[in-house]
Amino acid sequence: MHDLIQYVQSYLDPNVKVTPGAAGNMFWAFVYIMLVFLGLSVAVIAMNWLERKILAHMQVRLGPMRVGPHGLLQPIADALKLLLKEDLIPAGADSFVFWFAPFIVVLAAFCVFVVVPFGPQHAITDMNIGILFMLGVSSLSVLGVVMAGWASNSHYPLIGALRSSAQMVSYEIAMGLAVISAILMTSLNATGTGTLSMIGIVEAQKAQGEWFIFKFFPLGLIAFFIFAVAMVAETNRAPFDLAEAESELTAGFHTEYSGFRWSLFFLGEYTAMIAVSSIAVTLWLGGWLRPFPNLLNSPTWDTLFSYVPGATFLFLAAICFYNVARMPKHPYFRIQTMGLGAFGAALALIGLILFIPVVSVRVQDIFWFTAKVAGFQYLYIWYRGTFPRYRFDQLMHLGWKVLLPLGLGVLILTAGVGLLQIKS
Amino acid sequence: MTPVATPFFFYLLAATMLIGGILVITCKNAVHSALALIVTLLAQANIYLMLYAPFVAGVQIILYAGGIMVLFLFVIMLVNIDRAMKERQFNSQWWVGIIAATALGGLFIAVYTKGKSIFPERIPSIAEGENTQRVATLLYGQYMFAFEIASLLLLVAIIGAVVMAKKRI
Repeated sequence: MHDLIQYVQSYLDPNVKVTPGAAGNMFWAFVYIMLVFLGLSVAVIAMNWLERKILAHMQVRLGPMRVGPHGLLQPIADALKLLLKEDLIPAGADSFVFWFAPFIVVLAAFCVFVVVPFGPQHAITDMNIGILFMLGVSSLSVLGVVMAGWASNSHYPLIGALRSSAQMVSYEIAMGLAVISAILMTSLNATGTGTLSMIGIVEAQKAQGEWFIFKFFPLGLIAFFIFAVAMVAETNRAPFDLAEAESELTAGFHTEYSGFRWSLFFLGEYTAMIAVSSIAVTLWLGGWLRPFPNLLNSPTWDTLFSYVPGATFLFLAAICFYNVARMPKHPYFRIQTMGLGAFGAALALIGLILFIPVVSVRVQDIFWFTAKVAGFQYLYIWYRGTFPRYRFDQLMHLGWKVLLPLGLGVLILTAGVGLLQIKS
Repeated sequence: MTPVATPFFFYLLAATMLIGGILVITCKNAVHSALALIVTLLAQANIYLMLYAPFVAGVQIILYAGGIMVLFLFVIMLVNIDRAMKERQFNSQWWVGIIAATALGGLFIAVYTKGKSIFPERIPSIAEGENTQRVATLLYGQYMFAFEIASLLLLVAIIGAVVMAKKRI
């Protein structure tokens, strides 16, 4: 019993500098897995609500307003509806493959988070092949899409799956080249060896005192741009959502899916979006590092930046309270007003907890990482609200004839400039 | 940290590989065969991990499971499976197959019985954390020439594929 307590306590020590996986601490690895799983589920629910709200506001609509205050409970109502719907398997479908395909998409999307570094010690584990693992496992989700499209035994899903596989395989190449040029930058140190480990990549940015997006300007920026375009195509999102172009293919590869199985595809898609965004954040935007770690590095700035997480939550709570005051005073809205007030109070409580120094020191890494990823999620929604869908030949043209040569050029130039820097 | 490379996992992965491999050649449906092949390749990647070769495992997943097998499925999906399944399966290379299988089996038995004198008792312990870096130093240092030749061969194959696919260049 005493051993067990020590085992649990061993990781609460603020001096711990390794991930639970690397320390071989089974208990905390399990806790982290559960936390990541829970956080992702909440993030997907939040993304669902935000996407509908933001798209609606971009199109001068209100979006969901009925279920809960400002439609806050809409995703939960949707999830309940999906779970209660009948899970149909078409008569001509290959039932086992049809049944199994959504799981592959979800598994591939979630597995990736084993190596995502939310902080120097806040990752489930750190692998020597971190980025390779992330790219490899996330590329497995295309198998799920292809299986779903084929097993449905129907024309629209098959065409959707064909488009999707062609698109994902060709954009993986541009993506890989952009990633390689970032990995090349990690090797510009005294020893001359780079790293593929996700934590190592962020540490390299810390050591070089520069986020890789600004490194060798504009080379890092171009590589980041290539990745940012390729990652939208990889996740089959607008403007590259040809696999599910509803005007041509009804819903693409998941046309025949319903209920729970359809919601698994939905979950997989949103989790994959968060996963590729966290690759981009780790490689180019400094991962868990706060803005300007070198320029503004006095202790005053440290304390000031450590207040940002709590202040953000207090700001969100203030928005909630402002909307409580704006709610219609009719008795019909009383429960909604109270609900919104309670939500605001919960946010304020989290904000106040984040002001405690012990907590904020441990958690601010996670906050900065999440904030950067959240920025990417907003971009995804913005793209969807702004860009018209590409035609398939335009998509292939962009992937093979623009991004691929650009990626190769950036890679060669990065290598050249890096060599010059080492020589001098 | 206790190693996960226990015999239990080896037998689990080996059994998965064998069952997958048998399914590849016994399934009548070509898509099912391809899926079984993917399972086999993933189990193989895990065996590389057990051998403390994470880089090879990662490359195996990216190249075979994520790249080549997707292209396989891409082609097989367009085949009319209903007609293909009704066709009689035939094998006119029994003799070659039997000879190759016997030779391979003999090799395995020889390694199993005399292995201790052929191979070192223990593999030298290499830090797992430096695996990728060591592979890189070997590839771009000692085996630079072979590596470049291999990449040249691949380039020739790509150009050949383009020439054959395009009617007019």
